[in-house]
Amino acid sequence: MSAPSAFSMFRWIVARDLTLAWRRRADVLATLFFFVIVVSLFPLGIGPETQLLRSIAPGVVWVAALLASMLSLGRVFANDDQDGTLEQMLLTPQPLYLVVLGKILAQWLVSEVPLVLIAPLIGLQFDLASDTLVILFVSLLIGTPILSLIGSIGAALTLGLRGGGVLIALLILPLYIPVLIFGAGAVDASINGVSSQANLSLLGAFLVVSLVFAPWATSAGLRISLE
Amino acid sequence: MRGERLLFSDVNFALSPGGFLQLTGPNGSGKTSLLRIICGLMKPERGEIRWQGEQIRSLGEEYFRSITYLGHRNAVKEELNSLENLRISSGLAGCELSRAHAQKALSRVGLAGRENLPARFLSEGQRRRSALARLITCSTALWILDEVLASLDHAAVTLIESLIGEHLSKGGMAIVATHQELHISAGSFQRLELEPGVPSGAAPMGWTS
Repeated sequence: MSAPSAFSMFRWIVARDLTLAWRRRADVLATLFFFVIVVSLFPLGIGPETQLLRSIAPGVVWVAALLASMLSLGRVFANDDQDGTLEQMLLTPQPLYLVVLGKILAQWLVSEVPLVLIAPLIGLQFDLASDTLVILFVSLLIGTPILSLIGSIGAALTLGLRGGGVLIALLILPLYIPVLIFGAGAVDASINGVSSQANLSLLGAFLVVSLVFAPWATSAGLRISLE
Repeated sequence: MRGERLLFSDVNFALSPGGFLQLTGPNGSGKTSLLRIICGLMKPERGEIRWQGEQIRSLGEEYFRSITYLGHRNAVKEELNSLENLRISSGLAGCELSRAHAQKALSRVGLAGRENLPARFLSEGQRRRSALARLITCSTALWILDEVLASLDHAAVTLIESLIGEHLSKGGMAIVATHQELHISAGSFQRLELEPGVPSGAAPMGWTS
């Protein structure tokens, strides 16, 4: 029995959640396909009006990303709650903050990163220029961790409630609004030939703030939900 | 207190090394709630739990290092096999295991040859056994077991009795909620019967070691 360190426990959590996600690939793919299909419906519905498509692209991609993250958030804690493993996590001899951060990191890697990677590809359907696609990619890369972090608070609070999925959406979507505005704003700026740096910096600031506070709030939420 | 309902009051007990407490009482009398309070998962409405003279609230994670809790649910992941389940849950509990150690613990609980089977192919009793392996691997001082005998066969009940016996003779402690009689050779035995709650002036709940 070796002395437990905070880092090794963090690694256990991330590795565990990644293994579980791999064994349950269908869930992960469902989120990704949802994102791809929602975004692809717009060009199909609107038709080949490049000017219009280009101007709605940032909003459409970002809104689809928000909705897709809602889909996967409900599962972050619910599965572990059902089989009792979440209870055990609350009883680990390391700060709960780390457990939560590990789970959020795993959720982001599994559900959000594929979506970030594929976004430039589906951005092509909206006739976006290549440097705009880069900005789209970067804004999602900075923005999606915020979605996971804030969303985990809602997931923790609605744990074990009937109709928790709807409640998460009501609770969390309003909190996503700043991320949506600055994320889509960055891409929009790039389309209009303005620098997106201000928007991206603000997103970065949001990321730092939520990195500090969200796991802490989620831990508190979990303790309340499991009482 | 659960919701608006008073489940029990005037519960007072202390356990010293080698001590064993059997918790009995009719369904809904609050056995699980009491165990969850002892674990620190729930807050008591009034009263306190102390570990080595200190409040468990102030000990925090230090206290969790000393306990192993097995609840109603097995905390066994269906997608993982017994070996992975055991190594991960032990890792989270702060005692990392080598493969060989985990294998040994699993054969002790009678799962030899089934280590690589995902838990969803195991029976309820086998999942329970897989959860029991955690008791062997993390040598914590206090075991808190909730209805641990549910869906277990005679052999497994004997196994638990001998596990608890060994644990007590090494100076460990155990609190077990169960209706069945347990035959444990070592340690000092206490029984606590919870009765359906009658409101009265609750005394502080003491717990020392």
